[in-house]
Amino acid sequence: MADNKDNNSGVIKGPGWILTKLEWLINWGRKRSPWPFPYGTACCGIEMMATLASGYDMARFGAERVSFSPRQADILLEAGTITKKMVPVLRRIYDQMAEPKWVIAMGACACSGGVFRSYSTLQGIDKVIPVDVYIPGCPPRPEGLLYGLLKIIERIEKDHPLYKEAMKFKESEGGRICNF
Amino acid sequence: MQLLERIKGCLGGLIIDISEFHGDIAVEVDRFKIVEALTRLRDDESLSMNFLSDLFGLDNKAFYEKPKKKAKKGDAEGEEEEKPKELPPRFEVVYLLLSLKTNERMMVKIRVPEDDLEVSSVTSLYKAATWPEREAFDMFGIRFKGHPNLKRLLMWDDFPAYPLRKDYPLEGRGEERSLVYGD
Repeated sequence: MADNKDNNSGVIKGPGWILTKLEWLINWGRKRSPWPFPYGTACCGIEMMATLASGYDMARFGAERVSFSPRQADILLEAGTITKKMVPVLRRIYDQMAEPKWVIAMGACACSGGVFRSYSTLQGIDKVIPVDVYIPGCPPRPEGLLYGLLKIIERIEKDHPLYKEAMKFKESEGGRICNF
Repeated sequence: MQLLERIKGCLGGLIIDISEFHGDIAVEVDRFKIVEALTRLRDDESLSMNFLSDLFGLDNKAFYEKPKKKAKKGDAEGEEEEKPKELPPRFEVVYLLLSLKTNERMMVKIRVPEDDLEVSSVTSLYKAATWPEREAFDMFGIRFKGHPNLKRLLMWDDFPAYPLRKDYPLEGRGEERSLVYGD
């Protein structure tokens, strides 16, 4: 990897020119194809389908193809109520997704449990998996979901995938052997 | 002949209590004779209650033990007399029956005490009772003797409590923390 080589030579202390340009390129690619994994469990799922269909056409923002395999998805689009019995399934799907991954919690139930404040409903999916964007509403309008997707895209733009990797390497055993 | 009269004629001595409220007839029978009572209701020519539309459990704990309203002054003596009254059995199982022949509905009830939660299953009479009986087992812990597959219907198998009982907290006790996954 380019960043590791740079770190070995000891020239670059921060994210240098090559690193930032490469990061820009990676982010440019990632933000234009955030494939969602549709996890519709309740009425929010219907609204999600409306967003994906031709009227609102989420494909305009790069979510071209909904990925029905978590291994090929970038965004876990969790739309609907999660019962406690379903928690292992949700965790498993999240764990199967390849890095980098983002999570959208769509609707009041996914954000906080919504009206179902009971023994059987998970009070927000952030109790079990990390969430990047919360979309309130019961259910949110398709515009809301598109806005949430744009927020994810903003987040991807500001990401530093290579610099993070370089820092991780620096703190690792191999990084400590090299003198900085 | 009215439905009430026909039910009385069909069940006879099995009836503990019978009442009608806004046209809904509720019959209470002994819990050890529920299979016999439902068999009679189903096979009777004039009734033919051949469709079990629902079966569910009930927990009357909060209903029976609700705090009494403050008595007016001077009624204190009367209140003291009421206190030693024995409470009726805590749980109920309710069977909702429909006759597809005459389009009439009725309700059959049994009362189940807390210390002996075993009831005969009616799956031999109505196949529709299998899932509702599993649900009643899941939610109240009422065991149905003779049920072919008495497992939890809604909660997961290792769930340690009966969530619709009135002494169970609404938001649960955090049982999901012990859930494991992966194999």
